[in-house]
Amino acid sequence: MSKSTGTINEIKERVSRVDMETYGPLLALIVLFVASSFASPIFLKWRNLTNVLRQISYTGTIALGMTFVIISGGIDLSVGSMTAFVGGVVVIMVNYFGGGLLAILIAILVGLLMGAAAGAFNGLIITKGKVAPFIVTLGTWGMFRSLTLYISGAGEFRSTSRLFPQLGMGYFLKIPIPVWILLGLTVFYSILLNRTKFGRYVCAVGSNERVAEYSAINVQRIKFLTYIITGVNVGITAVLLSSRLNSINPTTAGSGFELDAIAAVIIGGTMLSGGSGSVFGTLIGAIILGIVSNMLNLLGVSPYLQGTVRGLVIIGAVLIQRQRG
Amino acid sequence: MAESLVKTDSVAKEFSGVRVLDDISIDISEGEIFGIIGENGAGKSTLIKILNGIYQPTEGDLYFNGREIERMDPFRAKEMGISTIPQEFNLVEHLNVYENIFLGQEHQQKGLLLDRKKMEALTSDLMDELQANIPPDARIGELSVAQKQMVEIAKAVAYESRLLIMDEPTTVLTANEISVLFDLMRDLSDRGVTIIYISHKLKEVKEICGRVMVLRDGEFVGLYATDEISEHEMANMMVGRELNQMFPEVNPPRQEVAMEIKGLSEGDLVNDVNFHLKKGEILGFFGLVGAGRTELAETIIGVRDRTSGTIEIGGEGVEINSPRDAVNSGIAYLPEDRQNTGILTNFDLPSNITLISLRKYLRNLLINRKRELAKTRKYIDEFNIQTPSIRARLETLSGGNQQKVSLVKSLDTEPDIFIFDEPTRGIDVSAKMDVFTFINELVGAGISVIFISSELEEIIGMCNRVAVMREGEITGILEGDEINEEQIMYHATGLEKRAVR
Repeated sequence: MSKSTGTINEIKERVSRVDMETYGPLLALIVLFVASSFASPIFLKWRNLTNVLRQISYTGTIALGMTFVIISGGIDLSVGSMTAFVGGVVVIMVNYFGGGLLAILIAILVGLLMGAAAGAFNGLIITKGKVAPFIVTLGTWGMFRSLTLYISGAGEFRSTSRLFPQLGMGYFLKIPIPVWILLGLTVFYSILLNRTKFGRYVCAVGSNERVAEYSAINVQRIKFLTYIITGVNVGITAVLLSSRLNSINPTTAGSGFELDAIAAVIIGGTMLSGGSGSVFGTLIGAIILGIVSNMLNLLGVSPYLQGTVRGLVIIGAVLIQRQRG
Repeated sequence: MAESLVKTDSVAKEFSGVRVLDDISIDISEGEIFGIIGENGAGKSTLIKILNGIYQPTEGDLYFNGREIERMDPFRAKEMGISTIPQEFNLVEHLNVYENIFLGQEHQQKGLLLDRKKMEALTSDLMDELQANIPPDARIGELSVAQKQMVEIAKAVAYESRLLIMDEPTTVLTANEISVLFDLMRDLSDRGVTIIYISHKLKEVKEICGRVMVLRDGEFVGLYATDEISEHEMANMMVGRELNQMFPEVNPPRQEVAMEIKGLSEGDLVNDVNFHLKKGEILGFFGLVGAGRTELAETIIGVRDRTSGTIEIGGEGVEINSPRDAVNSGIAYLPEDRQNTGILTNFDLPSNITLISLRKYLRNLLINRKRELAKTRKYIDEFNIQTPSIRARLETLSGGNQQKVSLVKSLDTEPDIFIFDEPTRGIDVSAKMDVFTFINELVGAGISVIFISSELEEIIGMCNRVAVMREGEITGILEGDEINEEQIMYHATGLEKRAVR
């Protein structure tokens, strides 16, 4: 008897857990997608869809890293201005090395390293200085923006390369390159979170730091690494964004990215309190946000109201989370 | 006989078709101290939650003061004078003592401002009554576990309850505190307050309760006057079979020394500790609360930074600066505080069990989930872990089963030395016996055990030698005939030292 009820319970539990964590956001996406196709004839056009995906690829990539930070119990508010800072440096590098293929490769490498270094800076103060992540990254949020403005001398970072824009503008199999990168990273980070020791440790640290410490996990090292991951992803975004525009505006580039990235993570079903989450969920969360903005545009809603709608979507997602938890 | 206060008539409770409580009829009188005993999962907590309105019974009726209660909820229960002292504390850490005691029923001045003085004075009176030396304005977060328990008790008493439900209130209290609590309970009972008392400590149940009800697997087993039933009989009723011997036979250790600790210190908490542990030995550590036993264990496994001293394992010095070093040196630790240092309640069984030993389950950098599940299944069978499913989250398991998972998690590192810190705290008789048997099997296999416990009976029943600690120091290591209650308490309280002088 106990064996059969055991199996039934197991199935029940599997179904309900899969239901709650993975299919919740996916279901919301499907509903939104169907509703949007009816609401606007333009929505389903290939050009429109690829545009939506391209738009979300920047904050989406950052959100993948943010997922690790949030699961481990932290937050990173600095990602937006970090994007501008790294983007600015990338443009400078492209110009400095002459704008050819080698220059671009060097710029990409420098961009990734700069992102990693900026993330390491956040991580170091959080783990060694034992300062709350909210405060540290609020501080660096201001710092990175100000450094960007200082280096630019209040002008724009503009690349003279003709080759560079092809990375951000280009297509592969009719899909923009940044979207391919986002999808590839999603698969990679999903495996990292669900199938590796590091991923398991990230969840353990976010679930209960003391238990993790007693379980012989190097808690500070794990936290530190989540900020580096986010930094690297910011680096990738900075390269793609600067390449797409062939320039970086020190004032507006990356502005508000932190909000969109955090929102994508939360809408994707990762608990703000940490301990568990889903990388695919974050991708879905980012797409949901993208479709919402797209529809508001297509339906002719005032751009000034878009922030309100996005805010409501985020608050709604958290409310649903609260009820589950 | 006094008036009936609480009565249940054929009460039953089902959760999604599973009957966790079946056909319980009790009638408890005013001023009675009524005991409920049973193993983990016997239905004690469910019954309590029906009485205080958290659960609605699936079947049966509930009477209070002779009147049928159609629908009980926590708010009505409070109104009617039912208060519960829960097993897990329900205090706000950053508020102080009096604020917690009067939380939700604050006294006010002219209906607007809080009457701080009055609440402080009332709290101070309550603490006097409990003989607890806790200032009313102390922060909860700064109190010891025992003091928190006293505040929880004071809180329930302050409500002028008619029915007081106590769920394992003495787990963290010392003998002296327990006797004060019992005096207070008798006093309350004389004043007509009814008390329902739940405990695993059968000796206490026999001492304080008039009648005791035994539950097993959600069913009523029997109702007895405590002067007509022995502790042994109670234990047998709970388990449903004859419990012959609580403790397995103590076997002599081997001759080789497994670990030697020399001059180990950690600030003032652990002071110049020296001892050795033989292969296959159970070395008990006894001490009063705050004697530094947990701190010593934490220093050995590298959670705390030692200020001086060396650790030798198998004759060679080892450098342990982090829990990972300890694992690599073959030391496992079962923490005292299961919820906060032992297990991850939102993780499933396999992820908990392999958390420390995850390296073993990697293949090409990826976790081999199949191997995790196979190992988990093996442990579930071997340790008889009761779980809804193999992938269940730990929060759905009972305390005793969580403890088994915590134990298996440390065991999976394949240690040579296993440190148990209060391994039987808050678990029932048969789970305790499982733990004892398990420890005995470990030493049989040549593993050395450090056994920290506050239960004298366990220490005396289980150990080859007993180290007694006081204020961070080892005051004596007892062997053979010296291992008896008087000697141990002598060293634990420091009376021995004075006698020498």
